[in-house]
Amino acid sequence: MTTSVLAIDDSATIRALVTQTLENAGFDVTTAVDGQDGVDLFQTRRFDAVITDINMPNMDGFGVITAIRQNNVNPRVPILVLTTESGQSLKDRARAAGATGWIVKPFEDTALVNVLRRVTLGAG
Amino acid sequence: MSMDSLKATFFAECEDLLDALSEGLAAMSDGTADPETVNAIFRAVHSIKGSGGAFGLEDLVSFAHIYENVLDQIRAETLDVTPAVMKTVLRASDVLAALVEEAHAETGQQPEAMAAVKAELTALSSVGGASSESGLEDAFSFEALPFEAIELSDLGDLGDAGELTGDARYQITFKPERALYENSHDPVILFMALADLGDVVVECDTDALPVLADIDPAESYLSWTVTVSGDVSREEIGAVFEFVEGLCTLEIALEETETLPPVGDAVEPDGAVDAPITAAGPSEPAGKARQSAPQSKRPTLRVDPDRVDRLINTVGELIINQAVISQKVVASGIAQNSDLMADLDDYGFLARDIQEGVMAIRAQPVKPLFQRMARIAREAGDATGKDVNFVMEGEMTEIDKSLVERLTDPMTHLVRNAVDHGLETGDERRAAGKSSQGQLCLSAEHRSGHVMITVRDDGRGLNREKILAKAIERGLVAKDAKLSEAEIDNLLFAPGFSTAETVTNLSGRGVGMDVVLTEIQSMGGRIAISSEPGKGSEFSISLPLTLAVLDGMVVTVAGQTLVLPLSCIIETIRPRTGDIRPLGPNGHVLSIRGAFVPVVSLGAILGLDNSCVDPESSVLVHIQSGGANPVAVSVDDISDQRQVVMKSLEANYGAIPGVSAATILGDGKIALIVDPDAVSKMAIEADETPITFELEI
Repeated sequence: MTTSVLAIDDSATIRALVTQTLENAGFDVTTAVDGQDGVDLFQTRRFDAVITDINMPNMDGFGVITAIRQNNVNPRVPILVLTTESGQSLKDRARAAGATGWIVKPFEDTALVNVLRRVTLGAG
Repeated sequence: MSMDSLKATFFAECEDLLDALSEGLAAMSDGTADPETVNAIFRAVHSIKGSGGAFGLEDLVSFAHIYENVLDQIRAETLDVTPAVMKTVLRASDVLAALVEEAHAETGQQPEAMAAVKAELTALSSVGGASSESGLEDAFSFEALPFEAIELSDLGDLGDAGELTGDARYQITFKPERALYENSHDPVILFMALADLGDVVVECDTDALPVLADIDPAESYLSWTVTVSGDVSREEIGAVFEFVEGLCTLEIALEETETLPPVGDAVEPDGAVDAPITAAGPSEPAGKARQSAPQSKRPTLRVDPDRVDRLINTVGELIINQAVISQKVVASGIAQNSDLMADLDDYGFLARDIQEGVMAIRAQPVKPLFQRMARIAREAGDATGKDVNFVMEGEMTEIDKSLVERLTDPMTHLVRNAVDHGLETGDERRAAGKSSQGQLCLSAEHRSGHVMITVRDDGRGLNREKILAKAIERGLVAKDAKLSEAEIDNLLFAPGFSTAETVTNLSGRGVGMDVVLTEIQSMGGRIAISSEPGKGSEFSISLPLTLAVLDGMVVTVAGQTLVLPLSCIIETIRPRTGDIRPLGPNGHVLSIRGAFVPVVSLGAILGLDNSCVDPESSVLVHIQSGGANPVAVSVDDISDQRQVVMKSLEANYGAIPGVSAATILGDGKIALIVDPDAVSKMAIEADETPITFELEI
């Protein structure tokens, strides 16, 4: 069964990149344009993983993680943070909020796919 | 999706982000910025940086990174926005825009100001101190990839462990905390990742399991001991646990190695879960952020412009078709008050509604253009050392997208001129009793089917004596010519005219105001000057709302119907006896308000009619276009003034000198649209007789 991924990013470029990369690797990708959009979409169907940006209008990535973790449906979904920041404090903060892992932009196609495969092994 | 279309997405996005950036910065300099504005500014730069990295745009990314640091400090209020800081931040946005442009054009060049602005930003970011989220200590690196960095903080003393070769054996004790499961980690997945590195033996410790009745399903009770052996480094093992650091108790011990001291460093949970969250960045509640962003953009649709052009063309056909049907119905003698006529009227209204709707697709606010001009004005102000206050009015006025693009060059020229020649230096202004800051105002408004764009400064105004002297020196007007103020002002548009005594590094770029005039007229527009000494100057550009529809005057010449663009027509004249004076063997000039304008027969110029018409019995249309001198063209009759839909001839037929396009009139007949610029030039070329006359410019 195809693993379905929700990709949340306010940048159209990053959405296109993530979609292309993951679809080539056989994932089913749905995109959301900001945090609120992402959380709204998350309620509509079951996703096997979520990839989210941090800096976004209308709810940032931390808000997304918190909202999903407190959600009634599928709160234990793996959530990856896609960020330009390589600093430790941000990773600590993301982890504290409940992120499963992170990928630093700019990402290599294989790195994104590998990390996603790693956290979704149990899915699908 | 190909790389090309990804790039197209990127550059289109950059355009939006740069607009958002300019807009936010404008609000910041006005002092009308709220926290969400500053956030939006930060996000714009941040997104450009994030996406730019994907295309290896290193200059762009490294510049955006430093810029972002400064913005982050402004956002965190560790850096005060003084006028100097504001100036640097504004200049940085210009450099960023230039970097995007360079990247798009793939010139491989760096914008001139980049190094200087970068240094200023670096200086600022050290003033404000690094903030916690994207501080300088993060040392942004392009090759940053997951798995490369070992994040386990206590492994710092094992610098050379990664170079170990040959087999090694590690014993890993791993006790997850509840939070590990809550973050969707699965120990099994971690062990599988370890198994990819070498041979793995996993033992589970179940001692902590309570009796069934006491089990909390969300709690963590199990711990594991894993032995990994093989050609594996500590970094590789550390990388497997990168994401769970702080969510477990982890020990990684190297066995059977003499070279290193025994290590049993326990990576204690550093209390990430309980740790106070470092308050940086957008820490306001999401709900509030949503509230304070009421102007959040509605989703937009990006459409290939070709498709819109096709639609516009088809709608043009529809309008013509409607006119043809109306005319035929009228000709067939059906009563004006019949149902058919009413329906036909509805058809006409609907067709025009569709046309307006389609035109609206291409309409764009002039705001991005104005914002670009704000940058130009700043650059010009910096280069000349003048303090310029840039004001926009009516920037949401919408005009055809193609006009926005074509206005860029002429507007750039006008804005540079206004700052360079129009505005005085601070000292001069104070001496003249004005505030030392010069005002430059761009405004746009719709006015009966046209859009008016003005560039207004409160500088010294045009120096008419100097302009006239220069024009006489250049031989553009006769020495003893008596010109009105407006005529003197219009000399600025004469080819090869420049008022600057020395060519400055700004305005003197080899193009004169004549190029501005030509460009505006090629868009079917007009430009006018008004100026008052000591008070300032105003250049007003009047443009048709779209290029596809033209306001035209329908005339007949030698039995043919032709259309003259209304924008080039100064006046129509039915000459009285004595107004026309012979000149040379066949030539005539029209005497109009003390000036003489050559009379040409439109039919003769276009080769429709070689007979010599009597200019006194025909109608004269006084036209002026481009840099060309005005001429009076004689036509047989003027039949109508109407909007016509332009149809290119060149695509289907070929270019005809003197004709710019064709249109289909209501009666289904094709009418050629006259190119006034070409006609004036052809008239002068055709007339070999050297004539001198007082020019009315």
